[in-house]
Amino acid sequence: MSQQIDETPHQLLTFILCNEMFALEISSVREVLDNVKITSVPQSPEHLCGVINLRGSVVPVIEMRKKFGLDNTTSDESCIIILEVEFDEELALVGALTDSVCEVIDLPASDIKPAPRIGTTLNTDYIYGMGSHNDQFITLLNINKIFSNTPHDSESSCPPTNNEQGNTDVAP
Amino acid sequence: MQELSQQAFREEADELLRELEDSLLELEEQPENMDVIGKVFRAMHTLKGSGAMFGFTEIATFTHEVETVFDLVRNNELAVTKHLVDLSLQARDYITLLLNLENDQKNPEQATGEALIEQFKKMYTPNATATVIKSTNTPPPSTNIGQLKTYRIQFKPHLDILHNGTNIASVLNELSSLGTCHTVAHRANLLPLDQVEPENCYVCWDSILTTSADDDAIRDVFIFVEDNCDLSITQLDTNNPDKDQHRLGNILIERGEVTQQDIDDVLAKSKKIGELLVDANLINPDQVESALAEQQEVRKLKEKKHTKSNSSNSLRVPAERLDELVNLVGEMVTVQSRLSQTAKQYRIPELQGIAEEVERLTEELRDNTLNIRMVQIGTTFSKFKRLVRDISDNLNKQVELLTVGAETELDKTVIDQLNDPLIHIIRNSMDHGIEMPKQRLAAGKPERGSVTLRAEQSGDSVLIEIQDDGKGLDAKVIREKAINKGLITKDEDLSDQEIFALIFAPGFSTAQQVTGLSGRGVGMDVVKRAIEALSGSIALDSQLGKGTTVQLRIPLTLAIIESLLVEIGEGHFVLPLSNVEECIELTGQAVQEARGGHLVHVRGELIPYIPLRQTFSIAGNLPEIQQVVITNINGQRLGFVVDSVIGEHQTVIKSLGPVYRDEPISVSGATILGDGNVALILDIPQLMQQQQYPAIA
Repeated sequence: MSQQIDETPHQLLTFILCNEMFALEISSVREVLDNVKITSVPQSPEHLCGVINLRGSVVPVIEMRKKFGLDNTTSDESCIIILEVEFDEELALVGALTDSVCEVIDLPASDIKPAPRIGTTLNTDYIYGMGSHNDQFITLLNINKIFSNTPHDSESSCPPTNNEQGNTDVAP
Repeated sequence: MQELSQQAFREEADELLRELEDSLLELEEQPENMDVIGKVFRAMHTLKGSGAMFGFTEIATFTHEVETVFDLVRNNELAVTKHLVDLSLQARDYITLLLNLENDQKNPEQATGEALIEQFKKMYTPNATATVIKSTNTPPPSTNIGQLKTYRIQFKPHLDILHNGTNIASVLNELSSLGTCHTVAHRANLLPLDQVEPENCYVCWDSILTTSADDDAIRDVFIFVEDNCDLSITQLDTNNPDKDQHRLGNILIERGEVTQQDIDDVLAKSKKIGELLVDANLINPDQVESALAEQQEVRKLKEKKHTKSNSSNSLRVPAERLDELVNLVGEMVTVQSRLSQTAKQYRIPELQGIAEEVERLTEELRDNTLNIRMVQIGTTFSKFKRLVRDISDNLNKQVELLTVGAETELDKTVIDQLNDPLIHIIRNSMDHGIEMPKQRLAAGKPERGSVTLRAEQSGDSVLIEIQDDGKGLDAKVIREKAINKGLITKDEDLSDQEIFALIFAPGFSTAQQVTGLSGRGVGMDVVKRAIEALSGSIALDSQLGKGTTVQLRIPLTLAIIESLLVEIGEGHFVLPLSNVEECIELTGQAVQEARGGHLVHVRGELIPYIPLRQTFSIAGNLPEIQQVVITNINGQRLGFVVDSVIGEHQTVIKSLGPVYRDEPISVSGATILGDGNVALILDIPQLMQQQQYPAIA
């Protein structure tokens, strides 16, 4: 079973943060929004930039730059990716504020390499693996780790484990 | 179809089991009360009967044994003992378990069930030692048989009684098998033949039954048609034929030959019986007066009973459907405020008229919908009776649960979420508050402690008090403990109230020893968080040696609230209107005069305020005149400074989502405004706390 999934290519949505390319499993992406007014929530941590009105529901938005500690400036242009994420065994909608969204790509599982232990500015727990597309490096993100409520827990240094999308361990 | 009716049975049985529990607990207090015994028996009987009908054979067989025992109890052959109540409560739990099993799921507690059956069998097997035959001073049941009683049974089936396949003939036959029975059919309601629906029942029956059976047995005959008919069973007092049942007028009215009006007219012409007697000098007017008063009292009682039995005309609806309805109404309220806003912008009188109409209708719709979800808190209270009983046994303490205001209504979702915190508070009161019987006697208190649950409505919230008459909180002990735990420093000067509030701090527990019930140190802070999650507040008062009172204030509903919409910079915020007392202006001059102190004069009183713009670090220039919204929670007043007050707003509460769940923010939710903007709901208790203990926050 796991062998089969390994061979099917991963469908990913790529986006840009601080001129770097990142990617998310398309299966957890609900929609992409432009130009939405964000209402900031006072007294919350910096990376939680507020809530938006998504056709009548209130959805929190996380600023990815600040969550990853990439840059403290906010980019002029922005795009919100609405994701379905699992919190304590319940699904919830979360918006990820990014600089811009690029495209949907198919990446063969064999092109995905495990995350390097050193050399990234990111918490390695957030990284599912590394890939490349059109000669550009892409960091694949593990969304359920990023948005789960345990903040910056770097105790586990083991490789990414299975997540709910049916992904299996990265091929060596 | 089968599944549907099984679901219906489950729901019905659920209710029966709840009633059964209440009755059993009542029975423990009044073991001789025949009414309660009857209730228990009927509950068992119905469970058995409809259980078998819907394929719950295991429930039917099991319940049969219990029913047999209660049949003996009903016939005075067996006395109610604590042992019997214990067993019956266990049996109730076991039936609940059986009920919740999936169709083909294996019963994991088979052994328990068999053991229980064994115990019940012992009770009605005459040789067994466990049987307690009632002492001889009550007459043996056999003498009852000789006493024949006459009943009038009026059986008026509803038109649709035949639709579900009821066989009326067999019901009437069963009735006549109980004794000498004379049945008359009333055909007055029969329609002309061309209008008759062949499936409807137009006839009703009056039976005069002389039997040795009691009225429970008669009622049992109608047990399966009870919901589809109007049934009245009256015992005729044959020893006293002058009583009003046998007056000719009454009988004639009943038979439909004359109306009450006719009789009244005729009677009005003659003198009243009282006057006749007075005229004949047989009695004096005072005596007549008092007799009339009695008559009226009896009539009133009868009327009350009548309305009570009529009010059971209700409908059972799954809770999810109601939730969906409430969600839809919530959306409706949001859209309506958008409509009103748009209408205002365009200034078209016709449109504004429509918008106002929609607003009025939406408001009514909202109130009605939310009302549907209102449930009496008594259902929760009666669950606690069992809890208190079990814990008392466990702790070897004697505790009695008193409830006041069980008819107070609250939104169903709120009640569901109140359950756990209340259990925790009651456990705490029983574990830490109420002393052991010996200590209580030594302290000059009655041996039996009491926990009182009190609920009452106050504005758009409900106050719930849990009061015990135990040993109370010792401020010194708590203070010491808080210092040990590093919650406060040694030289902090705190009032008793402030010290009691420390109990709600995380990781605080005064129990010397961890018991199975409470004392794990997760108690009161969890309770506090749960109550605050309901936008409620909690307060505590205690007197050493006399007892402790925990007071909860809970909003009536969580879905939609009335609130005050305010503006700070570009941000919108709402405050629950139930907490708002008034709004006053704050001029720049007043701020300067206060020299940095955050206090405002309101009719001679100084009230502290929180400048929200600073607290929330919102950039921008202050307006010349700001507004202070004065709020009141548990008698504590606090002002909030905002740029401007926009007005009242119907707030449909939305959660901020799990991302914000553990963040220490003073926003409890959000709502969507008419123009599509998001407004945040201020968590006033949280802000108040931040103001009081800035260090903790």
